[in-house]
Amino acid sequence: MDPSFLVIQALNGLASASSLFITACGLTLVFGVTRIVNFAHGSLYMVGAYTAATLVPKLLDLSYGPVAFWAGLLIAAIAVGLIGILLEVLLLRRIYRAPELLQLLATFGVVLVFQDLVVQIFGPQDILGPRAPGLRQPIEILGRRFPSYELVLIAAGPVVLGSMWLLLRKTRFGILIRAATQDRDMVAALGVNQALLFTATLFLGAFLAGLGGALQIPRVAANTGMDLSIIAECFVVTVVGGMGSIPGAFLAALIIGELQAFGILIFPKSTLVIVFLLMAFVLAVKPNGLFGRPEAVGASHAVGIASRAPSRWSAVIAIVVFALFAALPLIADPYLLKVATEILILGLFAFSLQLLIGVGGLVSFGHAAFFGLGAYGAALAVKWFGASMEAAIPLGVLLAAAGGALIGAFVVRLSGIYLAMMTLAAAQILYAVAFQWVDVTGGDNGIVGVWPPAWAGAREVYYLVTLTITAGVLVLLARAVHAPFGYSLRAARDSESRAEAIGLRIRYHRWTAFIVAGASAGLAGGLYAFSRGSVDPSLLGIPTSVDALTMLLLGGIQTLAGPLLGAAVLHALRDWIMPLTHFWRLLLGLSIITMVLVFPRGLVGTLARRREERA
Amino acid sequence: MTGLLLDVENLKASYGRAQVLFGLSFRLQAGEITALIGRNGAGKTTTLKAVLGLVPATADRLLFKDRSILGVPTYKIARLGLGYVPEDRRIFTDLTVEENLEAGRRSGGSERAPWTPERLFRLFPNLAAMKGRRGNQMSGGEQQMLSIARTLMGNPDAILLDEPSEGIAPVLVQAMAEAVLAMKAEGVAILLSEQNWAFAAAVADKACVIERGEMRFEGAMTDFLGNEALRLQTLGV
Amino acid sequence: MTLLKVERLTKSFGGVVAASDVSLTVRRGEMVALIGPNGAGKSTVFNMIGGQLQPDSGHVLLDDAPITQATASERFRKGIGRTFQVAQAFLSMTVLENVQMALLSRYGETRGLWSPVRPCHREEALGLLTQVGMEGVADRPSAELAYGDVKRMELAIALAGDPKLILMDEPTAGMAPAERSALMELTDSLARSRHMGVLFTEHDMDVVFGHADRVLVLLRGQIIATGTPDEIRRDPRVREAYLGDTHGLAPLTARPA
Repeated sequence: MDPSFLVIQALNGLASASSLFITACGLTLVFGVTRIVNFAHGSLYMVGAYTAATLVPKLLDLSYGPVAFWAGLLIAAIAVGLIGILLEVLLLRRIYRAPELLQLLATFGVVLVFQDLVVQIFGPQDILGPRAPGLRQPIEILGRRFPSYELVLIAAGPVVLGSMWLLLRKTRFGILIRAATQDRDMVAALGVNQALLFTATLFLGAFLAGLGGALQIPRVAANTGMDLSIIAECFVVTVVGGMGSIPGAFLAALIIGELQAFGILIFPKSTLVIVFLLMAFVLAVKPNGLFGRPEAVGASHAVGIASRAPSRWSAVIAIVVFALFAALPLIADPYLLKVATEILILGLFAFSLQLLIGVGGLVSFGHAAFFGLGAYGAALAVKWFGASMEAAIPLGVLLAAAGGALIGAFVVRLSGIYLAMMTLAAAQILYAVAFQWVDVTGGDNGIVGVWPPAWAGAREVYYLVTLTITAGVLVLLARAVHAPFGYSLRAARDSESRAEAIGLRIRYHRWTAFIVAGASAGLAGGLYAFSRGSVDPSLLGIPTSVDALTMLLLGGIQTLAGPLLGAAVLHALRDWIMPLTHFWRLLLGLSIITMVLVFPRGLVGTLARRREERA
Repeated sequence: MTGLLLDVENLKASYGRAQVLFGLSFRLQAGEITALIGRNGAGKTTTLKAVLGLVPATADRLLFKDRSILGVPTYKIARLGLGYVPEDRRIFTDLTVEENLEAGRRSGGSERAPWTPERLFRLFPNLAAMKGRRGNQMSGGEQQMLSIARTLMGNPDAILLDEPSEGIAPVLVQAMAEAVLAMKAEGVAILLSEQNWAFAAAVADKACVIERGEMRFEGAMTDFLGNEALRLQTLGV
Repeated sequence: MTLLKVERLTKSFGGVVAASDVSLTVRRGEMVALIGPNGAGKSTVFNMIGGQLQPDSGHVLLDDAPITQATASERFRKGIGRTFQVAQAFLSMTVLENVQMALLSRYGETRGLWSPVRPCHREEALGLLTQVGMEGVADRPSAELAYGDVKRMELAIALAGDPKLILMDEPTAGMAPAERSALMELTDSLARSRHMGVLFTEHDMDVVFGHADRVLVLLRGQIIATGTPDEIRRDPRVREAYLGDTHGLAPLTARPA
């Protein structure tokens, strides 16, 4: 291979590593001090890019030159830093002690809010920023042309690393940050006001996210999808480098940048696959990342389903609800039936996640992976083998179960926040595969023509088929929850050391849970594919995972029926409100944040609590 | 500063569901050293943490300089002039000696001359020789001295000092006791938790004996030392 | 006969030796206390016997079979039950279900997906709760129990494995003074009636001297004394270990007023 090509690829890798590091550095810094994984970090990056891409041309109009350009980037980054302060004061400081599931969900609510706000403020089009004055001409390296702006980026990473080093070593603020990263309580015992320290940290973290975004504008047009794509990469960088470690983030970004630059030669379709393999390898060898420390395993996620006295009423209610659903085709119009079908499917999807979170305490943040695998599995079976629905859905379930086995095998070694981030990254990689591997998955367009056979083609029939299958599987899952399997999961959730001391094989049970939950979510995905006649990458996306989590949160993770009710409420609301407003995501985001702050136990959980308190 | 610094009445605390303190009452006078004496697990450490709000606690009265500090954030308690040197020292191991001192720096409201690294290096000569060394490369005794020095950088009126003699080399125990007395000479009151009662006897003015989360004795150290029956009963010696 | 035999266990953490050449034995029906000041290495030794930690060198034998490499779960099956310093229980379950879980695990029935747990081994679990005097609260949520009762429940959970040996890490820590001797008397009678060995660490000397058949004293990772409670009480090395190094303080006796 041409050596000059390799050099150029290596430089490309360094340039992306640099910008990735600048952004991820902010995330890891904020995590180190506050112990919150800020999902909205990617949104701050996006806002930085939009602000810079809008602001810099105006400044260049006023006075064309490098000063205006770089000042514009800096102003954008500072503006984002100020947003970070707002974020800390309004939201984060209220959830420092909350379970990590709620922290992630609340900051994801912020992601949704930003998605709508960005469109409102900057408009729906992508905005490509101007090229940097003085750096418009490419330079020649070994006979090849290389954009000179990339060289500046390559330098920017080490410069930020160096400045962070100076800040953290040579200033009182930096010393306090490092001290707080190690021992927050002791810093407080020395009289340091943590609130102030945390606010300042958020400013710095957000500033870096904004800077990372602003630096991108001559290379990548600011767009509404960049928040989620960068956050997944940042998660990988922080996890591989070790949570809270800035040098770790630098090294990880370097490795990942180069892997992607050269990976393109091996897997041209999806370089993310290589990144995932790297991550799996690093975590298998060093479960805390390259420079990470073991995290004290908190019991904070150990809330969930508890034993209740058996009640004959629950069976009666289940039968009545089933009968009502079965009678629905008698009165409902086709549209209502479509909505009802989707509610049933999403209910099953949410319930399968409940098995992991509510029963097992395993905060999976990438449940869309299994839903999407089931849907794509079924759709591909139709496309490749001309399989009928009766064969295609089980094949999808099989694929989803296999996905559960594979992802589960990696993540059962992890706990808490690492597990959440790894499941999210795994799902995001499947999303990228579906998006990029056009020959097989149809890319953005997905796969169409996934229709049920003639006998089930009518809306009423498909609805009843869905009802029968969902109800049947729900009964099976509910039994599993009350059987030794479910109890073993709960035992491991309640107390790992006690579970080990009575001889439970925790990892085995958790792995099985991923397979069972994956298969059930895959079934929901398959049913969904045939109800819509098509699949597309959004089924695998982060918003789908968060939908499932929102349903859980709505219904409460302490009850079995909660997720079903949550699915009904969320889907009905979405169906009702979405056509009325442009701000659905904003509303949803604010609702999620409100729920986390006001009803952390969910609707059903809160009601049940009320009832118990009265009793 | 004179008079009553710390006034505690009926202090109770639990770790989760395990109750550790069953209603303790004691006082710390300005410029004095009071030793909490008791065996391992008697509740001495929990007492100190409960005063600082580091473990959830209830009390009929918890006053520092006549202000109630029950439910007050830990950093505000520290700013009122109550320092804390934890049993496990908890120095910042990634930070150098000088950085650790910087993390503790806080100008106090008192009329005494403020503590500076230079003064502290005179008090703890061992530290002076390792200003740039990181905490994780120091011995237990050196870490202990650094932890005390770090707290003094906040110019406190009183210090809660948890097991300063534990796990340090015998040659340093002597130096530690001298440092404690030197702090007292500078006007810093100390609430000392010790299971090494010989150490406590050597430095403290008053003794509070805790047993199983309850107070068995509060009085002058000399009275406690002279009361052989009580000593036998509470310490077995 | 010798039930547990620990031979020359050594463990260090990053250069700090936490346990050095620790050897000890426990016989069936015997209560053995492991005492020592904070940081002496009690927990390290305990966790190497319980399977939570792997030693750097040395052996652990149960009924002459080596179990040094076995995980905590495997040791449960071989007959080691344990309780924790801060009681560990399945707080989302009822008292009875806690014991049922241990029984399901013992009989290798934890994978079932269909039959409910509720009726499984109910009688046997109730029987175990009766042995610790808790049959009356069997169906209460364990999260509602008083702390002392959680400790008793832990004992019933440990008994569910039909253990030969029970490890108890500070069994009376966090209990009200009155509950302590009751728990230890219960342990004592269970050990004798079921012919089990009990190894426990403890801070409360009344508990140690009142209930141990033998006492081992650990100091800086090494066992410095072994003997009956009376022998230990009189041992000068033990007194010194607990009283600290008084030599270093000698000149201070003429302390400033």
